Amino acid sequence: MTTRDTILASIRRSLGVSGDEAPRRAAVAERLARHPHGVIPARGRREQERLAVFRSMVELAAGTVEEVARGDGVPAAVAAFLRAHNLPLAVRRGADARLDAMPWARERTLDVAVGPSDGSDLVALSHAFGAAAETGTLMLTSGADNPTTLNFLPDSHIVVLQASDIAGDYETLWGRLRERYGAGTMPRTVNWITGPSRSADIEQTLILGAHGPRRLHVIVVKE
Amino acid sequence: MSAPITSTRFKQNAREALADATLQQALKFVEVNFISRRREAAERLPEFEALRDAARDIKDHTLAHLDLYLEAYERRVQAAGGEVHFALTAEEARDIVLAICRQAGAKTVTKGKSMVSEEIGLNAHLAANGVTPIETDLGEYLIQIRGEMPSHIIAPAVHLTKDQIEADFRRVHAHLAPDRSLVEPTTMLTEARNVLRERFLAADVGITGANFLVAETGTSIIVTNEGNGDLTQTLPKVHIVLATIEKLVPTLEDATQLLRVLARSATGQEISVYSTFSTGPRRASDPDGPAEYHVVILDNGRSAMLGGAFQDMLRCIRCGACMNHCPIYHAVGGHAYGWVYPGPMGAVLTPSLIGIEEAGHLPNASTFCGRCEEVCPVRIPLPRMMRAWREREFERHLSPATVRSGLAFWAYFATRPRLYGAATAMAAFALGLIGRLRGRFRWLPLAQGWTRHRDFPAPEGSTFQAQWRRRKR
Repeated sequence: MTTRDTILASIRRSLGVSGDEAPRRAAVAERLARHPHGVIPARGRREQERLAVFRSMVELAAGTVEEVARGDGVPAAVAAFLRAHNLPLAVRRGADARLDAMPWARERTLDVAVGPSDGSDLVALSHAFGAAAETGTLMLTSGADNPTTLNFLPDSHIVVLQASDIAGDYETLWGRLRERYGAGTMPRTVNWITGPSRSADIEQTLILGAHGPRRLHVIVVKE
Repeated sequence: MSAPITSTRFKQNAREALADATLQQALKFVEVNFISRRREAAERLPEFEALRDAARDIKDHTLAHLDLYLEAYERRVQAAGGEVHFALTAEEARDIVLAICRQAGAKTVTKGKSMVSEEIGLNAHLAANGVTPIETDLGEYLIQIRGEMPSHIIAPAVHLTKDQIEADFRRVHAHLAPDRSLVEPTTMLTEARNVLRERFLAADVGITGANFLVAETGTSIIVTNEGNGDLTQTLPKVHIVLATIEKLVPTLEDATQLLRVLARSATGQEISVYSTFSTGPRRASDPDGPAEYHVVILDNGRSAMLGGAFQDMLRCIRCGACMNHCPIYHAVGGHAYGWVYPGPMGAVLTPSLIGIEEAGHLPNASTFCGRCEEVCPVRIPLPRMMRAWREREFERHLSPATVRSGLAFWAYFATRPRLYGAATAMAAFALGLIGRLRGRFRWLPLAQGWTRHRDFPAPEGSTFQAQWRRRKR
């Protein structure tokens, strides 16, 4: 008997089941297939307030939010953010098509590199898959479009988010992810990010920038 | 077993903790911060109590179908290109992890915070076999350089003061300028960040725990505020997840319900900064991420808890709210408990995992005030289960002779109501008379266990029962 089978047998002995009971198998199969919702907080439900709720929750988590009218305003917003924080005019991003389509050449002094980070970049730029207003949480997915290393290695993280991708709650995001990747399938990494990295391990004093970015800035594209 | 156990010395440990001024200073922060932050988070969310019910029900459902969810989970991990390894004991789990590290030719491994790793004593085993483990959560890093165990399940270094940490950094980071200033916690954090950044980039294997495993997708979930877990599992070529069987949940929606109560109960945050969902190794087109993904699933006595008096303990999601609200924990801290899991959840879980013979003191270290159950996000009846352990300890004649003879003495009177009434009336009268001037006793024969630490109030002449009878008339 393998260790796996020993553990399963021990679980079944304790529960007093054989593992073959049809009602148990049906209950499990149904829950996995239907993934029922539980309790969903009402605070993100109203569509007209969603962006405001999202913004206030990001700010509660010590992140910052700005709005631009259209995608072609993002490069200028990125450059302005870097200048405002006295950062070099350089940013690293993934191959996301929505970022590709933005007029980076207009910012002549802004240096834009594409690809994963090796730890030497100060600022990264990502495009979010979506966000949940209820807690101001961004959802990012791994891949060449938005490499995971960009979310954690640089000092500052700028995330572009379409206003229409802000959902009220996490459950809506899972629904959209299933549509994109197929039921039961996930990208290697899904990151929920709520504010910049922090630690309170020294006398419970909250300090930003533990191992991940010390700044998180969200640029919401309104149309 | 695994991590060294001193639970049999609980009373001695507690006495030392009470006399330790530095520890007492550090413990003040627990009571001040955690309680108010949790309450504020709960009050901000009108659905919080309903979510606690949902969280409890999800865990109960999963535990009742655990065999089937484990099988479904395993299939999904394999379909995503990952490997699942089962371990019955701590020793098996350690050997599996070491074998994967050796296979990868690993010299150093970075680690995200994992209580299961503490439970199985993984670091000592790796180090003894030529693999250097590096803890990357700031709190875990601090206790690693001090050679200690965590004193809290979510804030492992909560027993340390700033001054102690400064001294440790000066000792361990000897390559840095000795005259540098480390007055500010920010400076210390930056120093740790810089030291550990090099370690992250050099590590061959990254080991994390898991807050949840999702059967629907074969996903492991970690929750951190620092981002250390993410660097641990993204940069090296091998990612090992170390988890126990009760971390299973059915679906992403179920995990989401639990995430909604986890951080609010733990730190009072709306949600942790990073919740990370990992499924298999990097895909062919991914530019980063590990090439190998292993999950080690450990039993270590948990399957035997199913269907019994302590099954509810397996609902625990390790938020730490029970210890944050525990007057015993506030007084003695986590190390006094003598093993990996302190506070009320430890008082119930530890006897299940290492035996009541070793851990008999722990379920006795409670005032039964009930605050732990009141704040538990999955509504574990912790006081009731501590009582169940006390009963077992008594039945198995493990309680000390003084306790047993004291109980026998009390039982003799309690089962004879007239005698009990007469004896207590006499005692109340006599003590009331002797103590009527001061109103309290500094010392009483046979009661030094009480009077050593506080005065004993003098009775006011008659017993409660006698007063009750008079009132009824």
